[in-house]
Amino acid sequence: MQELINRAKELLADGTVARVLGWKAGDLPYNPEPAYFEDAESLKDFVYNGFCGANLSKYMIEASKLEGKTMVCLKPCDTYSFNQLIKEHRVDREKAYIVGVGCKGKLDIEKIKKLGIKGIESIEGAEITDEAETLKIQTIYGEKSCAYADVMLERCHVCKGKEHMVYDELIGESKDTKDAERFDEVARIEAMSPEEKFAFFQKELSKCIRCNACRNACPACSCRKCVFDSTKFDSAQKANVDSFEEKMFHIIRAFHVAGRCTDCGECSRVCPQGIPLHLFNRKFIKDIDALYGEYQAGEDTESKAPLTNFTFDDAEPSIVGKRG
Amino acid sequence: MQRIGVFVCHCGSNIAATVDVSKVAELALMEPGVVHAEDYQYMCSEAGQAKIAAAIQEKNLTGIVVCSCSPRMHEATFRKAAERAGLNPYMVEIANIREHCSWIHKDIEEATKKAVILMRAAVAKVNLNTPLQAGESRVTKRALVIGGGIAGIQTALDIADAGYEVDIVEKTPSIGGRMSQLDKTFPTLDCSACILTPKMVEAAAHEKINIYTYSEVDKVSGFVGDFTVDIRKKARSVDMDKCTGCGVCQEKCPSKKSLNEFNRGLNNRSAIYTPFAQAIPNVPVIDRDACIKFKTGKCGICSKVCQAGAIDYEQKDEIITEKYGAIVVATGFDTIKLDKYDEYAYNQSKDVITSLELERVMNAAGPTHGHLERLSDGKAPKEIVFIQCVGSRCSDDRGKPYCSKICCMYTAKHAMLIRDKYPDVNVTVFYIDVRTPGKNFDEFYRRAVEQYGVNYIKGQVGKVIPQPNGKLLVQGADLLDNKQILKEADMVVLATAIEPNPDVRKIATMLTASIDTNNFLTEAHAKLRPVESPTAGIFLSGVCQGPKDIPETVAQAGAAAVKAIGLLAKDKLLTNPCTAQADVLLCNGCSTCENVCPYGAITYEDKEVNDHGIRETRRVAVVNNALCQGCGACTVACPSGAMDLQGFSNRQIIAEVDAICR
Amino acid sequence: MSLENKEFKPKIVAFCCNWCSYAGADLAGSSRLSYPADVKIIRVPCSCRVNPMFILRAFEKGADGVIMCGCHPGDCHYSTGNYYARRRMTLLFSMLDYIGVENGRTRVEWVSAAEGVKFSDTMNSFVEKIYSLGENVRLGDLRCKN
Repeated sequence: MQELINRAKELLADGTVARVLGWKAGDLPYNPEPAYFEDAESLKDFVYNGFCGANLSKYMIEASKLEGKTMVCLKPCDTYSFNQLIKEHRVDREKAYIVGVGCKGKLDIEKIKKLGIKGIESIEGAEITDEAETLKIQTIYGEKSCAYADVMLERCHVCKGKEHMVYDELIGESKDTKDAERFDEVARIEAMSPEEKFAFFQKELSKCIRCNACRNACPACSCRKCVFDSTKFDSAQKANVDSFEEKMFHIIRAFHVAGRCTDCGECSRVCPQGIPLHLFNRKFIKDIDALYGEYQAGEDTESKAPLTNFTFDDAEPSIVGKRG
Repeated sequence: MQRIGVFVCHCGSNIAATVDVSKVAELALMEPGVVHAEDYQYMCSEAGQAKIAAAIQEKNLTGIVVCSCSPRMHEATFRKAAERAGLNPYMVEIANIREHCSWIHKDIEEATKKAVILMRAAVAKVNLNTPLQAGESRVTKRALVIGGGIAGIQTALDIADAGYEVDIVEKTPSIGGRMSQLDKTFPTLDCSACILTPKMVEAAAHEKINIYTYSEVDKVSGFVGDFTVDIRKKARSVDMDKCTGCGVCQEKCPSKKSLNEFNRGLNNRSAIYTPFAQAIPNVPVIDRDACIKFKTGKCGICSKVCQAGAIDYEQKDEIITEKYGAIVVATGFDTIKLDKYDEYAYNQSKDVITSLELERVMNAAGPTHGHLERLSDGKAPKEIVFIQCVGSRCSDDRGKPYCSKICCMYTAKHAMLIRDKYPDVNVTVFYIDVRTPGKNFDEFYRRAVEQYGVNYIKGQVGKVIPQPNGKLLVQGADLLDNKQILKEADMVVLATAIEPNPDVRKIATMLTASIDTNNFLTEAHAKLRPVESPTAGIFLSGVCQGPKDIPETVAQAGAAAVKAIGLLAKDKLLTNPCTAQADVLLCNGCSTCENVCPYGAITYEDKEVNDHGIRETRRVAVVNNALCQGCGACTVACPSGAMDLQGFSNRQIIAEVDAICR
Repeated sequence: MSLENKEFKPKIVAFCCNWCSYAGADLAGSSRLSYPADVKIIRVPCSCRVNPMFILRAFEKGADGVIMCGCHPGDCHYSTGNYYARRRMTLLFSMLDYIGVENGRTRVEWVSAAEGVKFSDTMNSFVEKIYSLGENVRLGDLRCKN
């Protein structure tokens, strides 16, 4: 972390960048938030630890409009989103000084709390430089501990890899955290009966309070104006509880980001209701891989997205019924 | 709020026998916006149209719904009627209650219910219609023809004869194309040069035709009626204005080791050369790769011997930018490479040649001065074997899946010419099928067999093996007699598949014209619009669209010319108003729509926008209405819903969905 | 139950492209090839104009089945529209299947302007399938408020 701060100071001092986009400490040990730092003094609040899950690439849309370059800290998985935004002309590569930061998996506070660890005062072992496999947690009820891997975000268990897809320089080592298969959960649902599938999604989606956190965090959901806020589709009917939007929001959102979603997992991370929203996006990714060849959004800035592409002998839609 | 009139047609008893038309009209009055409804026997009749016009004027209607037959039948009729009555023609919607209702249902109650729902959907849609105006765009009255073979020449002549300026861009130093390499033409056996040369001269002399030889298309922008094209005139190193075409430079040029492309590499040419005697223009070019002056700086003989002082070693490529209303692609073909067909020993033996090479061998201006001889030892052949479908109708990736179409006929021609001139030579043709569907074609082929005694064997050749005695052992099968054949031949001629000129892919990309997996340009419609590309203003002439012989090529060249003339004859183009439009306030500038547009109609501009008080410059999509054909692919690709299609807007279609599901 | 089934009149929306399938439907009509009146056709310029949102909208508004018809692959009036539509619909249908909406409620068929018989046969079989599936309640109930 100190290395990052030092480098940020240098870049600010020599005028390479006008500001730094990173994370600053929150009011609790586990809720750092994205923040801009415009001078060396303000960098005292800069943090980078296991709780810095937030994907900062989307903030670069606005930062691209600002005067001067912005130093942005991107984890390996965030760089896919950044590439995708370059491809969609939403961010200006020239306006970003990308520091690829190391990552050893990001933590899920909800998982920690689920272990019965509450009243947290401080956490040791969440620093990127910490070699420790366990977290030592001071709580008002005394010291607790848990294995780092047990409280990682779901997305880190299926990590796409520790390589940064785009960067100007790298600071810090990354760790392999992958210990599960990305599509296992999707496959498990696919194997259910229609009744079970419906029951599963009905239960999950019924929790939704339509707070739009998923939409706001999602780097692919970067439309200037969302179709759900637009009059163009007669879909903006917030007052009506029984409206189209209420029921179809997540399906349509997933479709709109299909082929563009990098599977960064922010939607699930930010959902206050704990809905596994990534299961929608990942279903599309699984289908795209199986039907149209493997495709990882954000791996590059040139390739044609699967939904703006075709081959003459693509599968017919009836394949859905035949797959069983 | 719209003021909508609903007109329900009886269509005699076609509709009225199954649908309670008065009930449909009665219920229409309950729909939002509907202020008038009536039914009548024949809405499309004079009297019916008069009723519509009267209602539009008396009730100040802003939109109408006609419940009648299919819009494919009478939408245009009712639009015109509305327009005459002062209503915008795009404020008309049709509810198809005949083909989609009365004709397929028997139960009156059921059919009436459905007709009412179809009426409701149309009313819901027309409530959201907006008046549309067909746009206009200008037409530059000049055509570009890419390729100066017989296809390009014919197209240019036809366009020029209609009074329009035409530029031909030809890559090689002369116009004439493949046809200029042919010796005789089927099915009449007249000499190719004798019929082509006058056309070349006519094109060159035509006051409306301007020919750029040794030139290539570098860049194309714009759209139908208004293309801007950069043409690269490659440095010829000879001043076209000064050269008299005397030919002394070619005679004196000491570098004479370059393969003669015109003779398919069967002999050599000098570094400064005109491809053939009748070349137009009759001005040589210096092949800078072969020229000693360019390679070593020494020599300069051509400059010394040129009385006209036309040699210019300093000449540079020149870019000419010109505007065109229409572009015709006539890039022609070449024969495929035979590297993958080792079994025919093409690369091993000089006596195995392609049919196009045989054309040169038989031509008086060719490498053997027209004498049929073996290229290895100059001896007269006694036994010649022709092998058909080499690389054509091929199921693996060595060749082409299609039939090259011209080979059966030219082989019959070759066989006949040889038997005529050299009666002692035996000619055998191995074929899969003989395909001769053309005027006087089958008669021609039968003459080869019956009159000239050409030996046709149905079967394929497995291998051609060069023998120590210089002969070629041909191993084939006779499928009709079901036996193996071993034949010693002096020469083997391969009917090599043809393929579109490899440059066509680059050109098609520049023109945003679509191309198929075999590199043939795609037609706008395979049957009904065979000489137009799906990209408006681009026309197809000759083999670039598919294999064809000379008569077909000339016919298609004329057809392409007529289509181009039809475009150039217009002062302004009316554009279909049902095009896509991007809402600049919603557009992300993400380029997704651009990727799915088949017409290249979407570009991006940095535009100053005022988004609720925030002024900023944004990259936004701009649809060119002259190019957009209104398919709507972009509207669905657009994640933010910024793209919408006029006449089939999101809200209109959703309104129809809602009305049907109500 | 049987009584209920008798009462059930499905709502079926058919999106047809203007150039092939809508003309195919016209041909079915002029050839007097019947299919159930439950099918209502919406004309669109091309199958690529059909936004998945339209289909979801139809289901949300109470449709029991949605079918989309377009030109055969390779025959699109706009050259490539149906290829994009094919991918979009494949993914959408797969998603609907994934969330437990019966797969038979959605279908894509390529029907040319000459295929009146195919149009009629397609609609007959699709309607039959919808009758066998019964009323579509799932998409209406996807988010229970209780």
